[in-house]
Amino acid sequence: MADDILIIGAGQAAAQAVQSLRAEGFEGPIRLFGDEPYAPYQRPPLSKKFLSGEIGYDRVELKGEDFYAQANVETHWGTRVTEIDRRNKRILTGDGREYAYGKLIIATGSRVRELNVPGFELEGVHYLRNIDDVKSIQAHFREGAKMVVVGGGYIGLEVAAVAAKRGLDVTVLETADRVMARVVDPIVSHFYERVHREEGVKIETGVTVAGFEGKDKITAVSSGEGKSYPCDFVVVGIGIIPNTELAAEAGLKVENGIVVDELCRTSDPDICAAGDCTSHPNAVYGHRLRLESVHNAIEQGKTAAATLAGKEKPYDQVPWFWSDQYDLKLQIVGLSQGYTQAVVRGDPASGRSFAVFYLKDGVLVAVDAVNRAPEFMMSKILTQKKAVLDPARIADESINMKEIAG
Amino acid sequence: MAKVTYIENNGTEHTIDVPNGTTLMEAAVKQGIPGIDGDCGGACACATCMVYVPEEWAAKLPEVETMEETMLDFCERREDNSRLSCQLVASDALDGIKVQMPESQH
Repeated sequence: MADDILIIGAGQAAAQAVQSLRAEGFEGPIRLFGDEPYAPYQRPPLSKKFLSGEIGYDRVELKGEDFYAQANVETHWGTRVTEIDRRNKRILTGDGREYAYGKLIIATGSRVRELNVPGFELEGVHYLRNIDDVKSIQAHFREGAKMVVVGGGYIGLEVAAVAAKRGLDVTVLETADRVMARVVDPIVSHFYERVHREEGVKIETGVTVAGFEGKDKITAVSSGEGKSYPCDFVVVGIGIIPNTELAAEAGLKVENGIVVDELCRTSDPDICAAGDCTSHPNAVYGHRLRLESVHNAIEQGKTAAATLAGKEKPYDQVPWFWSDQYDLKLQIVGLSQGYTQAVVRGDPASGRSFAVFYLKDGVLVAVDAVNRAPEFMMSKILTQKKAVLDPARIADESINMKEIAG
Repeated sequence: MAKVTYIENNGTEHTIDVPNGTTLMEAAVKQGIPGIDGDCGGACACATCMVYVPEEWAAKLPEVETMEETMLDFCERREDNSRLSCQLVASDALDGIKVQMPESQH
């Protein structure tokens, strides 16, 4: 029987799994399959420094050219896996080949949610998920070009920030009544709206996109409220969808992500899954989570590799995220959903540095820190410990973070 | 170019050539050296690339800037000679440097 470990997907989780499998002592064959023509690379810079042109491909590529050869890993870039045949323990690929596996890691990640409105097929309508997307967007970057961003989430706002700096005329359209509505308190939303406006970006909230106008090429975005926003191109950033179809078709349990346990095992003991495509039981929050983050991909990659190498390294971490816009470094610890009180430290109405602490019945569940490294670092520890904090002390800046923790 | 030796917490040494201009974090991650995570890819946002730098090399490194200092200040395994390797850019002056990794970056 084959003892080969196959990895489907070639993103951050897959690259980590390769490294960790070797580090954990697995010496058998490893085959890695990715449908993009590139070796694994970092996605976060795509909407930041890679989009601005500050860094190139060599700086987003995760591993060096010879890493896979040295780790004795067989790589299949540009190869789509079309089926997982669990009965015969093999996978089938788009080029008509089949590969037997002993164990399998599914790290298929996620894809962009598409906006299916009239005109969706027009030239000049872009999404941002991979390197080729960025190249198409960059082709429009010239001073004065009109860009409309659909969606005021992290991706949309990061793209807006980069474009504004390059001198483009930027308008962000958001359906909710404020930006980043899904993930942060209104205090943080309003702060970001203020900064974007100060930087020359137009933010329009409560706008539903009804369609894209133009003959072959987009010329305007029309809203459900009857307005028209002229543009040279559009970037749509309205969220992502986990790539769970392969797993579901193979009969693995899928519920808002491929269901895994704390060791990243799916409902088939020979198959692990890691990264954006999974739903895991989170011990800190006491319920299942599907996360879209690098940290999650790396840590689950490590856990899945350890599991398949016969060890146990349970995944038990507080999630964290970051977003760079202009001179703002937003660092987020935890998930604020369900919070009962938001406590502000610093002044979000002026300046560009503050933090919001989210408490649920007194317990710290999340923090948004803007240019506030101490608050971020301390909160990582406090959230993991489920610390009960006194709101008055959090808000008092004369008390430093280490004292608050004590 | 600098020859850099990374020493794992268990004593295992890895010596690699790091091109000038590349950070010690990036080089380690690209080569798959265990013990440096570099979650944020070098944005100085995560403090998962901490290393210990021996005294004789410390003076040859750039000063610790405010952001790095604050991040380090809250690292559980911080020592006086801790640095974030994403802030250490290789140059000929660092040829031969040895850095030590903590037991864990979390």
